[in-house]
Amino acid sequence: MPFINYAAREITCKLVYYGPGLGGKTTNLQWIYQNTQREAKGKMVTLATESERTLFFDLLPLSLGKIRGFSTRFQLYTVPGQIFYDASRKLILKGADGVAFVADSQAARFEANVESLRNLKLNLEENGLDFETIPYVLQLNKRDLPTALPVEQLVEALRCRNEPVFEAIAPQGVGVVETLKALVKQSLSRLKAGAPATTRV
Amino acid sequence: MVASDLILHEEEFLKVTSLAERLLRDSNSRFVALIDRNGQPIASAGDLPGVDRTALASLAAGNVAATEGLASMIGEESFTCLYHEGDREHLHISSVGQAGILLVTFDERSSLGLVRLRVRQITPEITHVFETMLEKSRHAAESGESAGAPMAEITDDDIDSLFGDRI
Repeated sequence: MPFINYAAREITCKLVYYGPGLGGKTTNLQWIYQNTQREAKGKMVTLATESERTLFFDLLPLSLGKIRGFSTRFQLYTVPGQIFYDASRKLILKGADGVAFVADSQAARFEANVESLRNLKLNLEENGLDFETIPYVLQLNKRDLPTALPVEQLVEALRCRNEPVFEAIAPQGVGVVETLKALVKQSLSRLKAGAPATTRV
Repeated sequence: MVASDLILHEEEFLKVTSLAERLLRDSNSRFVALIDRNGQPIASAGDLPGVDRTALASLAAGNVAATEGLASMIGEESFTCLYHEGDREHLHISSVGQAGILLVTFDERSSLGLVRLRVRQITPEITHVFETMLEKSRHAAESGESAGAPMAEITDDDIDSLFGDRI
């Protein structure tokens, strides 16, 4: 559930971009950063290796408009996709209010997508979060590559709970805002009266 | 329930801000921030010109989380305090109860000993306020009150309008 600060009249949501290594999670954040008005974005933090692979996380703070007198703030995080950084992924998922799974459409990365999705479910559970109810969207990235698998095949393998699916080409911004919007919408909709809890009790 | 189920009411906000201001004054430091373990900034005192506080909070939380991972690897339950020494600016980061982090930045006008002493003295009070905040959040959830009462009536149009021409 988002952090609600009644004193500052502010709501903050933590949204996490998850997925296999080199799938385009950081590229999603970079595109948003480059195409967001200055007053709406904070400093983008990137903790990367010398070869620009995410080491710990990327963070982009966004301040969008007001709803019912409350300012809305979103902290967009990416996780490191490489398999051996699992401890970092687990830490970053803690307290997540929503997850975007960025899948790599290339045939050669099919297994990596499946493994990363399995890893997401496990790490959510270890953080006391429920994969079935947490705000969640699926992005099929790299749709412009000739080696991309058909959308139907990826949806069949990766879509688990009737979540919204977006085709994307992150460096060009295709599908990037749509993915973010859908995630923001689901996260804030949880604040409506009677919305089910995200956390396991 | 996890620590992210957090609602900060005005009463606790004012209390915790006043404690942060007292710590800032007594330790002669530059900036004090209370952060939750998920990286959300909760309250602060002092000024750090040009520093994005959200980024600072998430990096501090990441730092604490990574250090706790290291602690458990070597058989410690946790490391309760972190100290980073720079040429001019220094950072003191400590745990506040189970769910909070206290970050203090200071320069040559203070010292590690003074900061450590003042942090130790004020931590029980900050912990108490923090735990009250968590207790109230838990109570709201258990009693079925909507944590986001002001948001109960939001519409899809409200959410769509957030983006406008910002992105």
